[in-house]
Amino acid sequence: MPVQIIKERNSGKVLNVVLGATKEQGGTRTHTITVGGQTSLPFLHFEGEVPNKPVIAMEVVDRVPDDWSDELKAALGDVLNDPAAWAKKCVEEFGAELIYLRLQSADPELGDSSPEKCIETVKSVLTAVGVPLAVVGCGIDEVDNKVISAVAEACAGENLLLGHATQENYNTLTAACMVHKHTLIANSPLDINICKQLNILITEMGLPIERIIMDPSIGGLGYGMEYAYSIGERGRIGTLQGDKMLALPTLGTVGFEAWKAKEANVGVDEFPGWGEQGERGVLWEAVTATSLLQSGLDILVMRHPEAVRLVRKNIEDLMKPSSL
Amino acid sequence: MEIIGERINGMFKDIKEAIIAQDKTAIQEWAVKQTENGANWLDVNTGASAADQFAAMKWLIETIQEVVDTPLCLDSTNYDLIEEGLKLCKKPALINSCHADRYKIERVFPMAIQYNAKVIGLAMSETSGIPKTAEDRVALAMELVAAADEFGLPLQDLYIDPLILPVNVAQDHPVEAMETIRQIKLLSDPPAKTVVGLSNVSQKCNNRKLINRTMLAMLMACGLDAAIVDANDDELMDTAAAARILMNKEIYCDSYADLFKSKKI
Repeated sequence: MPVQIIKERNSGKVLNVVLGATKEQGGTRTHTITVGGQTSLPFLHFEGEVPNKPVIAMEVVDRVPDDWSDELKAALGDVLNDPAAWAKKCVEEFGAELIYLRLQSADPELGDSSPEKCIETVKSVLTAVGVPLAVVGCGIDEVDNKVISAVAEACAGENLLLGHATQENYNTLTAACMVHKHTLIANSPLDINICKQLNILITEMGLPIERIIMDPSIGGLGYGMEYAYSIGERGRIGTLQGDKMLALPTLGTVGFEAWKAKEANVGVDEFPGWGEQGERGVLWEAVTATSLLQSGLDILVMRHPEAVRLVRKNIEDLMKPSSL
Repeated sequence: MEIIGERINGMFKDIKEAIIAQDKTAIQEWAVKQTENGANWLDVNTGASAADQFAAMKWLIETIQEVVDTPLCLDSTNYDLIEEGLKLCKKPALINSCHADRYKIERVFPMAIQYNAKVIGLAMSETSGIPKTAEDRVALAMELVAAADEFGLPLQDLYIDPLILPVNVAQDHPVEAMETIRQIKLLSDPPAKTVVGLSNVSQKCNNRKLINRTMLAMLMACGLDAAIVDANDDELMDTAAAARILMNKEIYCDSYADLFKSKKI
């Protein structure tokens, strides 16, 4: 008996968002990256269009990340004290399509770097690599408002992906993105209602909606991933049904969440039944990434080169239309 | 939910006077005010008083299109008048309206296709008048659906009006209209759209706005797609916004009411 393929008719579409700017466009990137544009749920090529593949951004921190696992630090090698060299290695050796630079040293307790120092770091990374760049602060609103605004001005025209705007703190970063022509990460706390509301607040200030990437927050495998999945899926279904204020590509800090898990970090001596920690940590990150890809993530922020390799292979396979 | 602003109608005194005096002010004010408050369509009705209906329709359309690009809903029983109007509309228009009589369908449906317009089809005919029961209304709706299929009018371009009478004189009708809307949604796949002229339900009643917005929410729950309303009745517009949220038509956010009026949904 022939199988009839049921196809959904979707009226909505995820907007295309362009990251980075080339010389002609006012920046210095060798190329831009476009994410979004889907007219179906993830990878349902028979049902709609999936014009742009999800991309992997590798995370670079502007100070040696002491709290990262030894396995992770060993895999990245001797570049951890040099963000430019770290970024270059991620792009050239590990195939990162974007760099996600975290200016953690701006935190008063983790280095208290000045805005000028942060600008210097961002510029050094821009010089070291040609791929588009995301730049986020240390997570303290007052500090980030100063640092990210300064970076936005110093790198005007680069179309950096800047973060994070939240419902409580979006004015300064939105204005910086508008004035200096960057794209904004809108971060909501695993709450689809706030996710949508924040997009409204930002666009009401005048930033075009196609200059927003949503970071709806995620959980790692074993730590709320299913909840993050359902939020991502709900947003994407809403988009496909025509909800224009949610019709944006999404970003997830996969590496950050996965490597927080105890299961990614404890040694085999402590839990012999869990297997070698090195392989386990890589798989924890890779499985978190590949699972959330199915909820519609467009930008995966990752850490471990081997996890990146596995996920890239998975994306390549998923982007091949099936024979149906 | 498509909101059709009812205000540019020669039955209203200020519009009637504006047409006679050829004064664009009131027309353009209402065009902008209704659009800004969330109207997806603007109803255009010359009323009975203009000496030259054709000149009045032409003038109204041009006057409105000078200030807004909101699509127009051409409201007349004279199909030649509507056809002249269709020629002037910059965006595909909505024809208001066509009875379920064969000779009217034969005049209106091909015209709609020719001008890429949509049609409001009334669930009544000259012989039936406004049917009393949902069953009789649905039978006439079926005639319209079958005709759309026959003439090649996409079903999503057919808006069927179950017709509403004032509740103080025909209190048994609203519930029949609700049932009609439910059943129209089952007649075809995709189903035809549904529309009502809402304000009629409260003619000569006390607290008209309360009746209007309550009726709108109840009809929306039955599947109503569009309504000809007072688009500047804020409580009515907010009710429509809330109804969409309660029906899970879109994802809740704190600005849901403003978002509905902004037409970003």
